[in-house]
Amino acid sequence: MATSLEKVVGLARKNSLWPLPFATSCCGIEFMATMGSHYDLGRFGAERVGFSPRQCDLLMVMGTIAKKMGPVLRQVYLQMAEPRWVMAVGACASSGGIFDSYSVLQGIDQIIPVDVYVPGCPPRPEGILDGILKVQELVHNESLRRRHSAEYKSLLEGYGID
Amino acid sequence: MALTNDTIKTRLTQKFGEALTQWEEPFGMLSFTAPKDLNLKVLQFLFDDDELKFRFLTDLQAVHYPNDKGRELAVVYHLHNLVDNVRIRFKVFTDIENPDVFSATALYQSANWMERETYDFYGVNFIGHPNLIRVLNVDEMDYFPMRKQYPLEDQSRVDKDDEMFGR
Repeated sequence: MATSLEKVVGLARKNSLWPLPFATSCCGIEFMATMGSHYDLGRFGAERVGFSPRQCDLLMVMGTIAKKMGPVLRQVYLQMAEPRWVMAVGACASSGGIFDSYSVLQGIDQIIPVDVYVPGCPPRPEGILDGILKVQELVHNESLRRRHSAEYKSLLEGYGID
Repeated sequence: MALTNDTIKTRLTQKFGEALTQWEEPFGMLSFTAPKDLNLKVLQFLFDDDELKFRFLTDLQAVHYPNDKGRELAVVYHLHNLVDNVRIRFKVFTDIENPDVFSATALYQSANWMERETYDFYGVNFIGHPNLIRVLNVDEMDYFPMRKQYPLEDQSRVDKDDEMFGR
């Protein structure tokens, strides 16, 4: 149950998300188009992309993640400060995509918890914007105590993060 | 006078004689097979000779022929003569029980990572390689994935059943 303080904080957070683009392949190019002036991610407040996990709220994983890249992605996620959200953009990040192979990680949710999945190969910029809107909805309605709750702790433990 | 495939073949047979076999010219590129103990000698000869001048190693790869008992793994070298713009290919065959081949890293620096990749995917052991460890796959992988007996698909998935995906 969200108090009005939580709503205000949620409103502030959602309109100033700082994304961390973890762009690996083609979906990264679609993200570049989304950041461009035609589709403009900046109008949602996510203008300032950072490449340092310490400063960012939203980890956007865009592209194929190989099994060798898995530990690197996990390290980046662990370096982010709470509250943090993860968006898996594209089929490869969500489930391995068309690359059902010995070298491709079949979805990043095998190593980190994901909040929003954007399907597509690659998703159109409108699709990525839709994903951002869904993340904004999650951010707005999140309780301030969520990150300290037992449920969240057990979610992280499920991934081996403590 | 341009360097032709016939000239290359004549020079090579003058030096190595009957050791080099299976001369072919698919799409105009001369291709032959050498016994595996001669691979460095052939590479060195092609490098040093002032008429042949094959001084660029374009590619070093392997092929797995599971039905050719005794000659399952072929290591393929692609060389390029940059001055006359001529390419050549030669193969050495080795059996899968003892896949030892001499490493070309002393002659070509580029062979370093290419041989590591060949080891990673096919298991070819390059003798004399300075650092023969996996390069593209995860270090904990315990098999050689490009060998024909291993499937392409990730075996840890439980949601893709054969009925839906027609495998």
